[in-house]
Amino acid sequence: MDVEEYIASGILELYVAGALPPEENLEVQHYAIQYPKIRKEIEAIERAILELTEAASPKMPQDGFAKVKAEINDVIPFTPQTTSSKATPWRSYLGWAASVLLAIGLFWMYTENSKLKSEIELTNQEKQSLEDVLSNTQEEITLKENLLQQLRDKNVTVIALGGQTVSPSSYAKAYWNKEENKVIIDGQGLPEPPDGFTYQVWSLKLDPLTPTSIGLLDDFASQDTKLFTLENANDSEAFGITLEPEGGSETPTLEQLYTLGAVGS
Amino acid sequence: MNLDNLIQQFQQKDTVAFETLYNMYAENICGAINVIVKDSERSQEICQDVFVKIWEKSNQYDASKGRFFTWLLNIARNAAIDEVRSKAHKNKKKNLPVDSLVGIYENGEDLNSKMDTIGLQSLLKGLKEKCILLIDMLYFKGYTQKEAAKELNTPIGTIKTRIRSCISNIRKNMA
Repeated sequence: MDVEEYIASGILELYVAGALPPEENLEVQHYAIQYPKIRKEIEAIERAILELTEAASPKMPQDGFAKVKAEINDVIPFTPQTTSSKATPWRSYLGWAASVLLAIGLFWMYTENSKLKSEIELTNQEKQSLEDVLSNTQEEITLKENLLQQLRDKNVTVIALGGQTVSPSSYAKAYWNKEENKVIIDGQGLPEPPDGFTYQVWSLKLDPLTPTSIGLLDDFASQDTKLFTLENANDSEAFGITLEPEGGSETPTLEQLYTLGAVGS
Repeated sequence: MNLDNLIQQFQQKDTVAFETLYNMYAENICGAINVIVKDSERSQEICQDVFVKIWEKSNQYDASKGRFFTWLLNIARNAAIDEVRSKAHKNKKKNLPVDSLVGIYENGEDLNSKMDTIGLQSLLKGLKEKCILLIDMLYFKGYTQKEAAKELNTPIGTIKTRIRSCISNIRKNMA
């Protein structure tokens, strides 16, 4: 680039006037950094304009700046740092640091709060399940008391049913309330029936031997107490329990007679 | 103190730096305003307002876009032109007078004796009227080169070489 020619073009005068379009302005700016001669010429042109404008001035009053200062202090109340500019970063960093700390603190409190909330939730659930257990237990107690009541009834006859050939170690008991026509079978001494089979309880007349089904011990495995209440309106002389295919049989399979006991007088 | 540093501190709202800049440029800014407004007292007032404005806008100055003085000059002439326009509106005149600097040069039009009319005249000595008119448009009224070219019905290249020769003339008069 021919610096002399560039200077002679008059573009620098227009640059100082601020009359150039942006792209030409940028170009001059660029060359001013690159060529010291151009920068010096710009400064010389500026001096001429400074001279010219100063000559046109009606001369500012001596206290001119005091008035400006009074006004800018009104306009900008938050400018206490007229001191060294080096103090500024420290203060602004402090502000940022404080807000970062605050943000971290808020986040921490938020997570702590969430944690506590879920802990409370958990505790409530535990409490609920304990209450459920308690009420189940109470229900069970009531149930068992009822049962005990029934077994102790003065009208109840207890019949021990002893193990038979197919399962000598088995035993069972029948609590027969003749007034209410109810038999409670305690099957605790019976083994769990194999899949597809169920125990069937028979009321027996002995002479001649006449068995009458009074019911099945259904869901034997899942019955915790192994106590089963059945209807019995018969004038029974003995009770027997046989293993039968699921659903029960019309007549007892005597080879699968587990327990048997006669009603005492 | 280097001018760049001074400007930087001023942009960080350092009032001491600002006062230094005020002392450097107040007369120039007031002079530029006075060429347009042609009323010493009013020019002084506007000049104070302009410096308040400069303080408020300090962060808008971008050194990569031009000279600091050019930036100041631009704010000053906008304020001066606003003043004349609002007055002209009151007087039902539409346009700015085209010959501000010419008038001052030829007639010493500003009545305030404080102005350095002799200094001004010696600076502008030997300049052709079309030179003074062009200086007036470009430096005091803020015409862009395109607007000046259109107004004077002259190619932009000619505007450039003409203003070069006009300012060179002033620089000779300064020596």
